[in-house]
Amino acid sequence: MIGKLSSTERQYAAVVLVMLAAAGIAMAALGRSDTLGVHGLLVILFAGGLLYPVLSGFYEPEPTEDREASYYDDPIKVGIVLSMAWAVFGMFMGVWVAAQLAWPDLAFDAAWSTFGRLRPTHTSGVIFGFGGNALIATSFHVVQRTSRARLAGQFSPWFVLFGFNLFCVLAVSGYLLGVTQSKEYAEAEWYADLWLVVVWVTYFILFLRTIARRREPHIYVANWYFMAFIVVVAILHIVNNLAVPVSWGHAKSYTIWPGVQDAMVQWWYGHNAVAFFLTAGFLGMLYYYLPVRAQRPIFSYRLSILSFWGITFFYMWAGSHHLHYTALPHWVQTLGMTFSVMLLVPSWASAGNALLTLNGAWHRVRDDATLRFMMAAAVFYGLSTFEGSFMAIRPVNALSHYTDWTVGHVHAGALGWVALITFGSFYTLVPTLWNRERMYSARLVEVHFWLAIAGTLLYVFAMWNSGIIQGLMWRTYTEDGALAYSFVDSLVAMYPYYIARAFGGLLFLIGAVVCCYNIWMTVRSVPLAERRESDVPAAIAVPGE
Amino acid sequence: MPELFHRKLERSAIGFVLAIIAAASVGGIVEIAPLFTIDETVEEAPDMRVYTPLELAGRNIYVREGCYACHSQMIRTLRDEVERYGPYSLAVESQYDRPMLWGSKRTGPDLARVGGKYSDFWHVAHLINPRDVVPESNMPAYAFLARTELRTSDLKEHLAAQQALGVPYTDEMVANAARDAYGQAFPDSEAASGVSERYGEATQVSAFDGVATRLTEMDALVAYLQVLGRLTDAAFRDTAATEQAPDAED
Repeated sequence: MIGKLSSTERQYAAVVLVMLAAAGIAMAALGRSDTLGVHGLLVILFAGGLLYPVLSGFYEPEPTEDREASYYDDPIKVGIVLSMAWAVFGMFMGVWVAAQLAWPDLAFDAAWSTFGRLRPTHTSGVIFGFGGNALIATSFHVVQRTSRARLAGQFSPWFVLFGFNLFCVLAVSGYLLGVTQSKEYAEAEWYADLWLVVVWVTYFILFLRTIARRREPHIYVANWYFMAFIVVVAILHIVNNLAVPVSWGHAKSYTIWPGVQDAMVQWWYGHNAVAFFLTAGFLGMLYYYLPVRAQRPIFSYRLSILSFWGITFFYMWAGSHHLHYTALPHWVQTLGMTFSVMLLVPSWASAGNALLTLNGAWHRVRDDATLRFMMAAAVFYGLSTFEGSFMAIRPVNALSHYTDWTVGHVHAGALGWVALITFGSFYTLVPTLWNRERMYSARLVEVHFWLAIAGTLLYVFAMWNSGIIQGLMWRTYTEDGALAYSFVDSLVAMYPYYIARAFGGLLFLIGAVVCCYNIWMTVRSVPLAERRESDVPAAIAVPGE
Repeated sequence: MPELFHRKLERSAIGFVLAIIAAASVGGIVEIAPLFTIDETVEEAPDMRVYTPLELAGRNIYVREGCYACHSQMIRTLRDEVERYGPYSLAVESQYDRPMLWGSKRTGPDLARVGGKYSDFWHVAHLINPRDVVPESNMPAYAFLARTELRTSDLKEHLAAQQALGVPYTDEMVANAARDAYGQAFPDSEAASGVSERYGEATQVSAFDGVATRLTEMDALVAYLQVLGRLTDAAFRDTAATEQAPDAED
């Protein structure tokens, strides 16, 4: 892979890695009596680990071919591998923490293995590790193919990919060490957040410059979503993470937002992390891989416009529905509720657009598990956005908030929508990218599909039951007007569902492992396809238009 | 023709990005900015005190261990919540909280008013192994807190950072942070009197973990749990609730 970089680009890579190692040394020195020092060492190791291949390939012959005449696929391949590795890690942590809720002694007598520290390793591991790498990889693929242009950089795609993974490693290892801001889905501390800003700005510039090179007059709809994902996540990340570190030698910081304002900012971030990380980016995948696999154009261009701008505008108002009946002023709660209900329109426009695209290809959905992954993802997207709008209504939220129903809702979206569309996209992408005839085993794709569906349904049904029972028990009164159940009574009622949920998660994890094996065997043993002459810049038809 | 307009827009990458920023900014600006300018957003509570250094250290342990993942600190304006946990939470009660710890999930009960509800001894036993006290509990055991010495050398910097953000710590409080942390957990020591002087007579000074020979993370966490809901009486005064404020002496 180093062979594809010119000697100037190799120098860039070496300089950036040396600077990164120097930053690690500074962190280790300033934070020697703090967990910051441990992270300094980790940064040094990370930079050193990457410096080794760069330096050992430093004097290899320069690339002679005309690089602009082909797409840049190496970073995408590495991105897919990293994404699947994080998937297995993150889902394993999920199964572990789920099991801890059923059997609390499944921990070591050590701080790092308690539920509170492990839980964010699961959430960050799957959202950022699995989801983030999948988004980076697929966005690199989609933007090149739909723009008929090569990525606008040789070194910067690697910087974005590995830089992002350094952020993930710092975040996840930090939680185990006790480094956290406690902001949900933004737990990583100030130095990791600053680093992510650098990486994200590079990503934005790379993406925009690639689009600027396009040989198509219009920007394809998938790229609108990837662009919204990149731009808005940057805004959310910066505003939510504004903080003052205790000192340059401390990992710990204090956020600039106090109390009620912090609550609003955190859920403005939190809900839009769902909107722009877990929805917009993955809709970008859907709008490319679904029509490609179904070999049908997108059903409606107008619906695409409606849903895109609806999602971009409405979602940003919806965060306050996480704070119904709290000390947040009532008018903000009402705005959040109203916009959450309105969100159903653009959400269902997207889901409907995806499903109607399959008209004329339903026989493929029946025969091809890969396309079925994407179809099921669109269905779960429609279901969980309906559920979300419903739960945002104040009286419904009175019952559902603080209970497992919320957890079930999140997983209907995360497993049913985000993970299924990712697997469907990967099964479409892997044979193309490695230039193979097909996936190693269509039957294993089928097995994975049913494991994923069974796991998701088991999980979601368990959490619906436990959440609604819990919410009802908390508000049940006896005839004399006293509360009927103690809190512990409601906890005891949860145990059967916690066991069922852990089992559902386990099925989903096994599915992901099957997927890893299938990808590995595809790359190793499926014969090469005949080189498709069309898969070069400025020579391929764009789907959908 | 909106469709024609959009056809033009999607020919310009920069234009498209600017349109995304414009569309996405409105909601946040309308909902967040007024929270700083509308005075009724946060009530008045002149009697409210800041966290002592020991309580702040305990709060940081609460954050570090992810306790907020299972315990909320926000009693909603619902009858059953007020009857179960006490008067509903006011915004002013978390005015010094950076970050806020309202939480989003109750695998365990709400803790907004847990302060003073159980003895120090109960908390220590419960944290060491929750199932010794509540057999049905699925809470993790935090025995390691009792054997981990509390780091006090940098408490001064923590208070200074909070002061810089606008939390009303006096310079004296910042200068005495480590001493006050020690004093609050050692009632018989000379340092103890300084705590009541700086943070008020109502501040609980106690050998929280029951061991008066060293200052542990258990001391800090229990001190924090015991002050939850007790920094101000505002919730008992200004709400529709009829409850009496707990006696500051117990």
